[in-house]
Amino acid sequence: MDFLRPASWEEALAAKAEHPTAVPIAGGTDVMVEINFDHRRPEYLMDLTRIGDLYEWEVGDDTVRLGASVPYAKIMEHLRPELPGLALASHTVASPQIRNRGGVGGNLGTASPAGDAHPALLAAGAEVEVESVRGSRRIPVDDFYTGVKRNALAPDELIRAVHIDKADGPQQYSKVGTRNAMVIAVCAFGLALHPETRTVRTGIGSAAPTPIRATAAEDFLNAALEEGGFWDNGKIITPSVAKQFADLCAAACNPIDDVRGTASYRRHAVGVMARRTLTWTWESYRGAHRTTEGAA
Amino acid sequence: MRVNFTVNGRPQQADDVWEGESLLYVLRERLGLPGSKNACEQGECGSCTVRLDGVPVCSCLVAAGQAEGREVVTVEGLADHARQRACGTGGTCGTSLDEAKGWTADGTDSQTGEGAELSPVQQAFIDAGAVQCGFCTPGLLVAADEMLERNPNPSDADIREALSGNLCRCTGYEKIMDAVRLAAARQSEGV
Amino acid sequence: MPTNGVPTKITQGSGTKGGIGESTLRPDGTLKVTGEFAYSSDMWHEDMLWGQILRSTVAHAEIVSIDTAEALATPGVYAVMTYDDLPTEVKHYGLEIRDTPVLAHGKVRHHGEPVAIVAADHPETARRAAAKIKVDYRELPVITDEASATAPDAILIHEDRDDHHIGHVPHPNIVHRQPIVRGDVAAARERADVIVEGEYTFGMQDQAFLGPESGLAVPEEDGGVHLYIATQWLHSDLRQIAPVLGLPEDKVRMTLAGVGGAFGGREDLSMQIHACLLALRTGKPVKIVYNRFESFFGHVHRHPAKLHYEHGATADGRLTHVRARIVLDGGAYASASPAVVGNASSLGVGPYAVDDVDIEAIALYTNNPPCGAMRGFGAVQACFAYEAQMDKLAAKLGIDPVELRQRNAMEQGTLLPTGQPVDSPAPVAELLRRVKAMPMPPERQWESSEGADVRQLPGGLSNTTHGEGVVRGVGYAVGIKNVGFSEGFDDYSTARVRMEVVGGEPVATVHTAMAEVGQGGVTVHAQIARTELGVTQVTIHPADTRVGSAGSTSASRQTYVTGGAIKNACELVREKVLELGRRKLGSYHPAWAHAELLLEGGKVVTDAGEVLADLVDVLGDEAVEVEEEWRHRATEPFDLRTGQGNGHVQYSFAAHRAVVEVDTELGLVKVIELACAQDVGKALNPLSVVGQIQGGTTQGLGVAVMEEILVDPKTAKVRNPSFTDYLIPTILDTPTIPVDVLELADDHAPYGLRGIGEAPTLSSTPAVLAAIRAATGRELNRTPVRPEHLTGAS
Repeated sequence: MDFLRPASWEEALAAKAEHPTAVPIAGGTDVMVEINFDHRRPEYLMDLTRIGDLYEWEVGDDTVRLGASVPYAKIMEHLRPELPGLALASHTVASPQIRNRGGVGGNLGTASPAGDAHPALLAAGAEVEVESVRGSRRIPVDDFYTGVKRNALAPDELIRAVHIDKADGPQQYSKVGTRNAMVIAVCAFGLALHPETRTVRTGIGSAAPTPIRATAAEDFLNAALEEGGFWDNGKIITPSVAKQFADLCAAACNPIDDVRGTASYRRHAVGVMARRTLTWTWESYRGAHRTTEGAA
Repeated sequence: MRVNFTVNGRPQQADDVWEGESLLYVLRERLGLPGSKNACEQGECGSCTVRLDGVPVCSCLVAAGQAEGREVVTVEGLADHARQRACGTGGTCGTSLDEAKGWTADGTDSQTGEGAELSPVQQAFIDAGAVQCGFCTPGLLVAADEMLERNPNPSDADIREALSGNLCRCTGYEKIMDAVRLAAARQSEGV
Repeated sequence: MPTNGVPTKITQGSGTKGGIGESTLRPDGTLKVTGEFAYSSDMWHEDMLWGQILRSTVAHAEIVSIDTAEALATPGVYAVMTYDDLPTEVKHYGLEIRDTPVLAHGKVRHHGEPVAIVAADHPETARRAAAKIKVDYRELPVITDEASATAPDAILIHEDRDDHHIGHVPHPNIVHRQPIVRGDVAAARERADVIVEGEYTFGMQDQAFLGPESGLAVPEEDGGVHLYIATQWLHSDLRQIAPVLGLPEDKVRMTLAGVGGAFGGREDLSMQIHACLLALRTGKPVKIVYNRFESFFGHVHRHPAKLHYEHGATADGRLTHVRARIVLDGGAYASASPAVVGNASSLGVGPYAVDDVDIEAIALYTNNPPCGAMRGFGAVQACFAYEAQMDKLAAKLGIDPVELRQRNAMEQGTLLPTGQPVDSPAPVAELLRRVKAMPMPPERQWESSEGADVRQLPGGLSNTTHGEGVVRGVGYAVGIKNVGFSEGFDDYSTARVRMEVVGGEPVATVHTAMAEVGQGGVTVHAQIARTELGVTQVTIHPADTRVGSAGSTSASRQTYVTGGAIKNACELVREKVLELGRRKLGSYHPAWAHAELLLEGGKVVTDAGEVLADLVDVLGDEAVEVEEEWRHRATEPFDLRTGQGNGHVQYSFAAHRAVVEVDTELGLVKVIELACAQDVGKALNPLSVVGQIQGGTTQGLGVAVMEEILVDPKTAKVRNPSFTDYLIPTILDTPTIPVDVLELADDHAPYGLRGIGEAPTLSSTPAVLAAIRAATGRELNRTPVRPEHLTGAS
C-alpha cells in the first residue's frame, strides 16, 4: 500500500489520473473501517485532508457550494437555514466523533443506499461537482447513484463539491434505526417543499438498491396541491391526500430483508415517515404563509 | 512511511508505519500511549476518542498518515490540557503529570494516586463511581472534557447527546451522567 | 441512595476509616482515568510477535486438507501451527467437558472455529499470512435447532462422547438434561380455575465487553511461559492450558492483566493457549488481540432459548402448578451449558411459591455459535418467560399483575421446586411494593416551549416523531438468581493476607487470584481488610497464580467467596497479631488477657474502647502472614430424575418497574425509566452496589429492545458480528435508573451480604417487555423485540 498526500486539488487529480485505483480518504469513516476489518487493501490510499478547498463552503444566490469534505458537524452548525434537510440528516449521522470527520463527499463516494445525506440531497435538489485531469462536470444527484455502492464517477474522477439548492421552503428528514443514536438507517426519508416552483421533492434511503426519489408520489402530491389551491390557501392537507402520498412513497421502495430490518417493515416505515414529514413541513409552510400574509 | 505529529504538546515521530495503520495503532503500539483504547475499530464505540486539532474524533478511523503535522491530545494529556485551558494559553502554571501511585489503596481512596494531577472531569469520574472496567473511560473523558469546554452548563439531554458516541457496557451510564454533572458543577464553582 | 432495611451486625471496624459499608473509591480509579491502567491489550514486550488466528468460514464441514506452505514462506512470519503441531496428546479443553479442540481437527463444528495460528512481526503480516493458508472444506449439513439435532438421521456433533452427562441424555446431541419434578401436577391442574400457556423465544445475546480478548505470552528461561491475560478465573485457565502445552502447572505462570469487562464471556479460554503455543514455538513473546469482528467469534454467547410454559391458578390468584420445557441452544461446544441447564430448571418457576411443578430443561449441541456463561445465565431466559406468564395470568384473572406476584411471592422458608428451603430472607413482595411505590416519571417530558425535544422521544436524534403515535406503558417484573457455584461444586477461594509495618505505619497486603473485571472487588477487598485489621493502608497485590485459586469472577460470587476468604484470613492474622501482642506486651496490662480485643484505627483496643497498644509496636519488625482457603456451605447435585436436592447456596432478588414510550406506528421504543429495588443483604460498598445494579439493568434493557446475534438458519453463519449491526444501548437509549437498596442480612454469609451482580439483569428484560405490551397491546413472545414486531409489518 502507498500513501499519497496531494497538497493541492491539482496534485490530487494528477495522482488519481496516474493511479485510478487509488482510494480517496478524507474523514476515513468508511475507508478505515474497511481497512481495519481487512475488507479492503487498496494499492494506494490518497489523503484529501490537506486540500483546504474541500473543507470550505460558499453560500450563493440559489445554491450552496459545499466542499466535499465539510464535516457534518459544520453543516449542522453553519448551514441550517440554507440546508435544513441536510442539517437534520447530518444530525442523524453516527456519533459526534463521526460527524466531526465525515462529510457528504464520502457519503457520495461510498454511495451506500444507507448513506444519511442522500435523501436530503435528493429532496433539496443538488448537483455533484466532479473533476479529473480531463475536466470538470456536474452530475445531477438523481443520476449519481447507479447501483448498490456504485456511482457515476469515472475511475479518474474525484468529488470536489456538491451544489445544493438553497431551501425555498421547509424541509424535513427522518430516519428509522433500532437505536436512539449512533445507528445505521433501517430506512430514511427526506422531504422538501419548494414553494417557488410549487413542487415537493422526496428522497428515500435504505429502501432500494440506491437512494431514490418517490417520483410518482411527488407527481401525485404536486397535482393534488395545485388542484386544491393549497399553496395559496394554506389549508391543512387533506388526510386522504397525505395517506395517498404516504402509500405512494411506500410503493416507491424496493427494499430487502437484512439484519437491520425486513422489507415489509421498511415499506411501512417509509410510509409513516412520508406522512409525518409532509405534515411537519406543511404545518411549517402554513405558519410561515400566515405570518407572511399578516406582515403584508 | 514516517509520520510526524504533536501528541500532548510533544513532537513525535513514528517510523516504518504501514500505510494502512490507524492513528490509534500508532499511538498505542509505536508511541507507547496505550491510554486510547481499541474496542471496535469501526467508529461505533468511542473508546479511542482523541482530540485532533482540537476536535474529538475516533482515532481508529484516522489513517496514521493523515495525522502528519497535526496536534493530538489523548487521555494521557488530558490533565495538562485542562490545566492549560484553566490557566489561559500561557501554560506556565502547575507541574507536569506525575506518575500514578499504582495499586496502593490508602484508606481515603479518593486520594489514591495522590500526586497525579487530574482534570476536573477525571476526578469527577473517580468520585462519582463512573469507572468500572474502565475501558470506555479514556474516550468518554476526552469527549466529556471537550463538551464541557464548549458547553459549561449542559442539560442532561445535552450530556447524553454529546456522549452518544461512547459506549459503556458496565455502568448503565447513570454514574457517568453523575460524573459529568459533578465536573460541570465544580467547574462553575471554580473548584 | 435510598437505603433501607434491617441493619446487620458489623463485626467491628466502625473506628477504622474506609471499612465496609462506606462508598470508598476504586483503588485503580486514578490509573484508569489517566490511561495508565494496563489492560491485556496494552501489554508490550521488546521483540514481541503478533499472533493471528485463522477461523473457519463455514459452520459444519470436514477438513479435507490444510496447506500452510505459502503462509510459512511469507517474510516476517515466524510460525504457523495447526492441530498437527500440538505438542502433546491433550488437544482439547473445556470448562467442564473437554470437548473443544485447541485447533480444529478433522472437522469444524461452528462458524469461526480456530483452524490455524500464525505468529509474525506485524499484525498485518500475520493477517496476510493467515489469509494464505488454504483450507479445503467438505461441507456437512448444519444442525441448528432441536428438530435437526434430534432427528433420527442427525449427524452427531460430537461422535465419541464420554463425558459424565452422556449416560442420562436422551440423544447424543443433547449436552445435559435436568428435569425438576415436585408434587402432582396432574392433580393440581384439576384445581386450577385458569390456565395460561405460552411459547417464548429468547435471542442470542453477546456480552459485548469493550476490551476484546487479548494477552501476551512470554517464554521463560526454564522452558515455561508467563501469560499476562484478561480472564475471569486464572486457575481454571491454568488447569486447561498446562496439559495442552505439556508443562507442569508451575511452569505456566499467569498474571491478571487489566480486564475490560467480562460478563461471563471470559469464563472460557479464547486466545490463551494459542499465544502460549506460539511463544513456546518461536521463543519470542507473542501478543494476540482480537478485533471486534473476531471477538464475536472468540467467546461464547448467552444461550438462545425456546421456552414453553403452562401456569395454572385458582380464581383468587394462587398458583396451582407450573409446567415448563426449556430448550437452550448450546451451540457446538459444551462450555457452561450443564450449569445453565441447572439454573434454568431449578429456578424455572421464579421467586414464587408453588408446590406442583414439572420442568424439563435441556441444552443442545448444534452448529450454532457456542453458548455459555453470561450474567444471570439460565435464570435470565427463564425469568423472561415466567414473568410474561405471570402477566398473562393476571390479565386472565383480572388481578393487578403486581398483586398477583405478591400473592404468590416466596418467603423465607419457602421450598424451591428442588425441595430446598430458602433459608435466608426472600423479600420478593417487599421489593415489588417498593418499586411500585417509587414516584412515576412525569408524562411527556419531551415537550418544551421550543417544541418536541427529539432526544427524549422514541427514535431520538433520528427525528422520527414529534409526539405522533407515542404511547406510554408500564411493566413490572421480579426474579431470583442463585449466588455462587451450585450443584455440589467445591466452590472456594484462597486469600493471603500479610500485616507488617512499612514506613512507620501498619500495612495490610491482600493477595488473591481474584479477577478484577471492573466489578470493584479490589475496592471491597481493601475495605474488608481495613475493617478486620484496623489499618488504613491496604495494598492489593496483583492477581496471579502464585497464590491459590480464588474461583471465578462469576455467579455473583466474588464478594461472598473471596471476600469471605479475606475476612477469614484477616481474622486469623488478627489472632496472630494479638498473640504477638500478648507475648510482647501482655505483662504491661491485664486487659491483654481479656478475650475480646479488637484492632481499630491502627491500635489494639478492648471492647470497652481502651487502647492497649499501637499495632506498630506490636508488630515491630515482624510480619504476620496467613494463606487460607475458605468455602461457603456445601451444596449437592440435583437428582438426575427428579431434580430434588439442596443445590444452591444463596439467592439474590431484584424487581424492576419499566416505563416506556413506544412510537406505536413505527415500532420504536424509548425506555423512560427503569426503576429497580434489590435486596443486597449488606452493601459493603453502596456506590459500587448501585453501579452494579444500574449496569446489570442496562444489559437487560439491551436484550429487550436491540441486542441479538443473528445466525442464518440455513448456514449457521453469524450475520452481524460487528458493533454496526450488533447494537448495545447508548447513553441516549438508557433511562434514569433509580435504585432502592434493601439490606436484609443472610446470616449464613459474611457480613450478611448477598451476591448482587446478576439479579438486576434478570427482571429488567421482562419488565421492559411488559411495558411495551402495555403500550402496544401486542403479545410479544420473543426478545429482543424489533420494530417490525410492534407494527405488524413483519
